[in-house]
Amino acid sequence: MKCRECDEFLADYVSGELAADVLATFELHLSRCRNCRTYVEQYRLTIAAGKTACEAAKEAKGDMPEELIQAILAAARPVRDHSS
Amino acid sequence: MQDTIDRGQGENRPDLSLDETELLARLRSGYGSAYEELVRTYSGRLLAVARRIVGNDEEARDVIQDAFLNAFRSLPRFQGEARLSTWLHRIVVNSALMKLRTRRRKPEESIEPLLPAFLADGHYAEKFSTWGEQADTALSRTETKALVRRRIDELPESFRTVLLLRDIEGLDTEETARVLETTPNAVKIRLHRARAALRTLLAPHFGRGEL
Ligand SMILES: [Zn+2]
Repeated sequence: MKCRECDEFLADYVSGELAADVLATFELHLSRCRNCRTYVEQYRLTIAAGKTACEAAKEAKGDMPEELIQAILAAARPVRDHSS
Repeated sequence: MQDTIDRGQGENRPDLSLDETELLARLRSGYGSAYEELVRTYSGRLLAVARRIVGNDEEARDVIQDAFLNAFRSLPRFQGEARLSTWLHRIVVNSALMKLRTRRRKPEESIEPLLPAFLADGHYAEKFSTWGEQADTALSRTETKALVRRRIDELPESFRTVLLLRDIEGLDTEETARVLETTPNAVKIRLHRARAALRTLLAPHFGRGEL
């Protein structure tokens, strides 16, 4: 297996979806190729970085403007009254 | 499809102490206080989800309004087949994607320049230098998180959307394919390219000595 093929299998590798025989070949290449080991590590870190960065934004609950909440509740009223 | 990085659903769960069953019952009875509780509990983080997908505050607000109205109308048909929070999350994601579709779009830039190049013999053209622990440490800082979000925003839209849905919002491959009206295989390819492109964009910041 060459680096180029490793690259194609990378997504399935990090999600643990590679079939056993492909996985063995993939890991054999990794064991011999430092550059691919570094790349795999960076690929994982990239995924983790995206998650960490965006989770932080989602935790910021305070920035929901009150007028937007009120607008949503006002829009809900007819629906609510209709259903009850 | 379950995979080891697919943790999004759990992370989208808001306050676990909130009794969703009880809230749902009150919503169905048409109590105004239940509607308000629903909006106040979930809207903040859902606004962040919408903002990430559409890329700006103004449209994100429209998305949230549309999504909640849609949710209120669909409540009678909601069977409790998913958690209330998960169900709302899906509605917001769909509303945000709808917003993207209605937007007048400029032709998308190619992602190719952001992908790693290969030599004729199949080796990577670039020699990668390790990011090491620096990346981990840097990620705990607020400004690094903001920087990562800006780099995600720089990805061509069709790739950014897949990366957000799969890696951030926790949709699986099939579900992502369905909401984007494409095939699971196309989703897998786009996700891989999006991650590779993001890696390229982050490399100058996470490389040795840069942070
Ligand atoms: Zn290699």
